[in-house]
Amino acid sequence: MSEPTGVIHDIGYQRYTGPRLGRGHVFGALYLHGVRTAFGLGRSAKAKIFPWLVVGVLTVVAAGATAVRAQFGQVVMTYAQFADAMAWLVIFFVAVAAPELVSRDLRSGVLPLYFSRPLPRGDYALAKLAALVTALWLLLGGPQLLMFLGAAFSTGDGMRGVWNELLDLLPGLLYAGLWAVVFASIGLLVASLTGKRAFAAGGIVAVFLMTTPIVGTLSIMPSATVNQLAFLASPSTLVGAVGSWALGDLLVPEGQRGGTMPIGGFGPLYAVAAAVLVAGCVTLLLLRYRKVAAR
Amino acid sequence: MTLIATESLTKTYAGRVTALNDLTVAVEPGIVGLVGANGAGKSTLIKILLGLLAPTGGRVSVLGLDPTTDPAAVRARVGYMPEHDALPPDLSAAELVTHLGRISGLPRTVARERASEALRHVGLHEERHRAVGGYSTGMKQRVKLAQALVHDPDLLLLDEPTNGLDPAGRDAMLALIHRIGTEFGISVVVCSHLLGEVERICDTLVAIDGGRLLRADRISAMTTTTDVLAVEVSEGTDELAGRLAALDLPVTRDGRTLLVPLADEGTYDLILGAVAELDLPLHRLDQRRHRVAELFAAREPSHV
Repeated sequence: MSEPTGVIHDIGYQRYTGPRLGRGHVFGALYLHGVRTAFGLGRSAKAKIFPWLVVGVLTVVAAGATAVRAQFGQVVMTYAQFADAMAWLVIFFVAVAAPELVSRDLRSGVLPLYFSRPLPRGDYALAKLAALVTALWLLLGGPQLLMFLGAAFSTGDGMRGVWNELLDLLPGLLYAGLWAVVFASIGLLVASLTGKRAFAAGGIVAVFLMTTPIVGTLSIMPSATVNQLAFLASPSTLVGAVGSWALGDLLVPEGQRGGTMPIGGFGPLYAVAAAVLVAGCVTLLLLRYRKVAAR
Repeated sequence: MTLIATESLTKTYAGRVTALNDLTVAVEPGIVGLVGANGAGKSTLIKILLGLLAPTGGRVSVLGLDPTTDPAAVRARVGYMPEHDALPPDLSAAELVTHLGRISGLPRTVARERASEALRHVGLHEERHRAVGGYSTGMKQRVKLAQALVHDPDLLLLDEPTNGLDPAGRDAMLALIHRIGTEFGISVVVCSHLLGEVERICDTLVAIDGGRLLRADRISAMTTTTDVLAVEVSEGTDELAGRLAALDLPVTRDGRTLLVPLADEGTYDLILGAVAELDLPLHRLDQRRHRVAELFAAREPSHV
């Protein structure tokens, strides 16, 4: 530190007469802060490790698929298949990011500092939810964009090839959005129930993993209807089933092994179920913060 | 303008526990002490003033606004310092206060400037860039005060601001609050269960007990000329009390503090002499107004 060269004058307290921004700006500030938090930005180096590890893995997979396609002309996975294949990593990302977004605030007791400000209590929960949805969508959409760029530059059909590729990418991004909304709303609801981050992470993984065996059991029951409805039992298969119905062969190209999920004619029901699930989670989340704010 | 006014304010939880009972009080701007034992209804009152809790009955207004119908307008002009731990340990004080300034509606650069100003006013300088987790209790209390100040409120609601502080820390915090109330032009409501503490800095005192109003008045109307000296030693309080009594000083005990009426300048010398003779570590020795405590004394012992 340099030697003081002059007298420091205490200019005293200054009142603030400038603008005070409205609800939209405050929501935006909290939202951006949330997106940054999900990726560990503005946090310690330790908080950055896991999010960026997941980002790294996804990017490497996307880059690999792009390279194989450019080299051998074989499509390893479609955009939507990429989202499906990476679902497990997304679950782990949610299990780390959601507690980071809400459980930490519950634990440190910082919520009274938020709720004593003009921020409506519902806005806090919705800004955090929007932030997590955005983070998940970027996580899945970013590598898809990379795959698109790779394919667009190596296409042999000129602008027409790029256009066709774009028509494949857009549904893929929409599908990634569906993953993001469903996973974020469930993950954030679970995380908002506890201030302990480890419990929250365990709870989130449990919700996604423990429901999978139920799907397995239901799909071998001796009833075609039960089999076709089995995928309702777990969030990840629910999203997959909606994708199968809405995207059809964009998700799984014809002739590929496995084919689309055997959901019969229940596609619209799956879509409604997904919407109800998200709406239910958001409602419960808002109710939860109603209670928290009054404490 | 009336700072805070309530009219027959009542709050019952789940129809059974009555936290506030027909409370009617009006206070003018300035430094207001809100005193009562734990569970007297202070925190409930603060939450109603902030619009976080809806009263069961009665009316309330803060800065001329109604927190039950327009909570956002009230909260935009009020700063709140909660009683309990409220700071995420891995953020720095500067980051946290800036972020909370933005949540109060300050533009980004203004929030940053005002955050460092607020932290400077509460006495945090270079350390504001370190993670809060490593702060002492006193520093954490200062950060909590700074975040309540960052958006330049017209009213500060401070819930037990001296909680967990040592005597020197308590005095510094009280001096700071007094400065905010007198020099910054911001009205302050200080909640405390320690009457002796808030009466030193307040213009107005509101005492509640069991959700009812005990008394509310300007402190000048309550005090008398007799002052007392408060003496605190780290150990040997009993010995000192005995020694002072032997010197014909009418000493009374208030927890760890000994109270001695201040007759003249000689009283100081007698006390200091006694402390020195017994070789006790003196924690504090200061002047305190006496009567206010007595005003409530009749009702208080049942709660301590």
